[in-house]
Amino acid sequence: MKYLHLVIANLRRHTLRTILTIASVALALFLFASLRTVLTTLHTNSQFGGARRLVSTNATGIVFVLPVSYANRIKSLRGVQSVSWANWFGGKYGENSRDFFAQFAVDPESYLGMYPEIELPPDQKEAFIRERTSAIIGKRLVDRYGWKLGQDVTIKGTIFPGDWTFTIRGIYTPTNPAIGDDVLLFHHAYLDERIGRPGIAGWFIVEIEDENNAGAIAKGIDDQFRNSSAATKTGTEQAFQASFATMLGNVSFLMGIIGTAVVFAILLVTANAMMMSARERTAEVAVMKTIGFSNRTLFGLVLAEAGFIALVGSALGLGFAKLLYPVVNFNGFGFLPGFNVTTMTMAWGALLAILLMLASGLVPAVRAARLPIVQALRRVE
Amino acid sequence: MIPIVYNARSMMQRPVSTTFTAVGIALVVAVFIGMLALGQGLRAALARTGSDRNVIVLRKGADSELSSGIGRENARLIAASPHVAAAAGGGALLSPEVYVLIPLPRPSDSTAVANVVVRGVSDQAWSVRSNLQVIAGNRLQSGRSEVCVGRKLLGRFAHLEIGATLRFGGRDWNVVCHFSAGGSAFESEIWVENEQVMPVFRGDVFQSVTFRLKDPAAFEDAKRALEADPRLGVDVQRESVFYAGQIGILGIMLRALAIAITTIMAVGAIFGAVNTMYAAVASRTSEIAVLLTVGFRPWQVLLSFLAESALIALVGAVLGALLALPVNGIVTSTTNWSSFSEIAFSFRITPFLMLIGIAFGVVMGVVGGFFPAWQAARLRVVQALR
Repeated sequence: MKYLHLVIANLRRHTLRTILTIASVALALFLFASLRTVLTTLHTNSQFGGARRLVSTNATGIVFVLPVSYANRIKSLRGVQSVSWANWFGGKYGENSRDFFAQFAVDPESYLGMYPEIELPPDQKEAFIRERTSAIIGKRLVDRYGWKLGQDVTIKGTIFPGDWTFTIRGIYTPTNPAIGDDVLLFHHAYLDERIGRPGIAGWFIVEIEDENNAGAIAKGIDDQFRNSSAATKTGTEQAFQASFATMLGNVSFLMGIIGTAVVFAILLVTANAMMMSARERTAEVAVMKTIGFSNRTLFGLVLAEAGFIALVGSALGLGFAKLLYPVVNFNGFGFLPGFNVTTMTMAWGALLAILLMLASGLVPAVRAARLPIVQALRRVE
Repeated sequence: MIPIVYNARSMMQRPVSTTFTAVGIALVVAVFIGMLALGQGLRAALARTGSDRNVIVLRKGADSELSSGIGRENARLIAASPHVAAAAGGGALLSPEVYVLIPLPRPSDSTAVANVVVRGVSDQAWSVRSNLQVIAGNRLQSGRSEVCVGRKLLGRFAHLEIGATLRFGGRDWNVVCHFSAGGSAFESEIWVENEQVMPVFRGDVFQSVTFRLKDPAAFEDAKRALEADPRLGVDVQRESVFYAGQIGILGIMLRALAIAITTIMAVGAIFGAVNTMYAAVASRTSEIAVLLTVGFRPWQVLLSFLAESALIALVGAVLGALLALPVNGIVTSTTNWSSFSEIAFSFRITPFLMLIGIAFGVVMGVVGGFFPAWQAARLRVVQALR
């Protein structure tokens, strides 16, 4: 510790170089934290799913519908507590593809009953359930479009043609980010009525009494409809969510490759800076040895300098990533809700900083320790 | 002018520092080119799917084939339009098509499924699209439960070899051929006869009608005529424009990702170049003083150091471009959210892309070298030589 002022003095000799090197380490760690958070967020969201919720879809494929009349038959099965259903609406608000957000036609009472994760004031909830042409929206849509309670919003249907106007009666906050805070929910009955009452549901959500019976009940539901016009495929809500995560393709591979390149590139920058500093100080190190500094101390001094750069840089980069994303409310165009740097990512970043310190400081440190005094001083003019 | 050999030799004087800086830039350039190649590959696959000479008709307001629906009667009305080219054997060069998605299990992980496009086509579809080619097996025969599989699906899913049986929509289908489509999105599809697939899936309705224009220049006339027909209620687009637009949110995401990542990396690499060049200038103070003494102008010194920085960056950038080259042609896949279907495409590195990458690298060098070079140019001779 008593050599701290020496380390600081060395760092301040080329203030600009020190700052730039710290900044590149910070950038690298920021990027590392961001890339890893893409993966952790995808993973967390794919794990989402109430333990007691099952999802039934058409066995032929996700784009096919089921008769809404299945609801009563599912409800009559033993172990089933309640059933709700929903439809993907696929409407467009604005022409830009950036304006994309999801709309679901749901059966309000049973749906909100099954998803306590969708939180909204009781009076808004009641107003929504009461009014057939009303809708509730996630708070992000309020931030994005400035919509207010009581306002009429018109959405262009792509699957169900025409202009659809909904009155906003509620603004919800999801307690679990995987629910998404950029969704519009409206009455399934209203959709059904306007498209001529075909009685179709995109999927059913089935709440069961005991999560341990999930497998048996799922099979029971599928057996019930095996020989019907539309067979079902039932699984846990988590499996349903996970199937969406795999659709993005091999994201982890891409992020891994980029992450490696970033870390390696920055290692080169830091190592280069350390070596340049060491080279400039060859004579000085020799003098220090002459007046009695031990090899071990000199080794430690160089390593401490590298360590300072790596630690300060990584603290800045990781800290910035941790603070930035919640502040700007980043959600990756709706694909990465709940984007937040985890503690585990911070820990990996810190470990990376230590490795960076060793990799960039070790060679110059060993050189400083092993420097033969006579040879080094011969170069002094 | 100070000869460039001076700079080259100076670079060789400090091999480690030069190498580190160059390799740092190389990595940034490689990532930059790689990410652009990803976007380029996806865009190319979609762009090649549509032809300028073809027209695709969807139901009004539908933004993809998935959300569209065109009745049999309307398909007949469209076929009767005077703008439709005639097929070689008589009839219209037109294909009313059924478009559905089926879940196929991934061989790597049986719990994961991908949504693959099954396209029900007419016999004319193979002539309407000019880049189609059956690469193995025999063409689909009318009236049979047969499928033809796009080349890019092979190897990624099971039961697609010729002679195999594929089960979907509650029926068994024989795989009779494989086809290529010039690297387009069609290569990620399974094709079936439309009349076979229609009753199995969505009932008596097509999703789109695609036809060849009799006169490619008359697109606007055709569009006006069909969209004005009150019986139809359709949107008419050039096939090329339609497919290029299908990139949607995915294109924005890829671009945002590429820009964010490469900007951050580039700034880091520039800092590295600044450090290197400052050290270079500092260690050559007396050399610079000599150059100025023998009559070189300060701006020539500035230029010389800029050139040195650019040279290091150029070496790095070329290395980076070569480093990125092996990803060219690697097939990857993702879900296209506009159509909700899985699309396979290859990373695509064009010479133009490499040139952009190299230029990007050189710019990094010039930016990073500017302030050190400026410092060198403003050196006081007397002070330096003391």
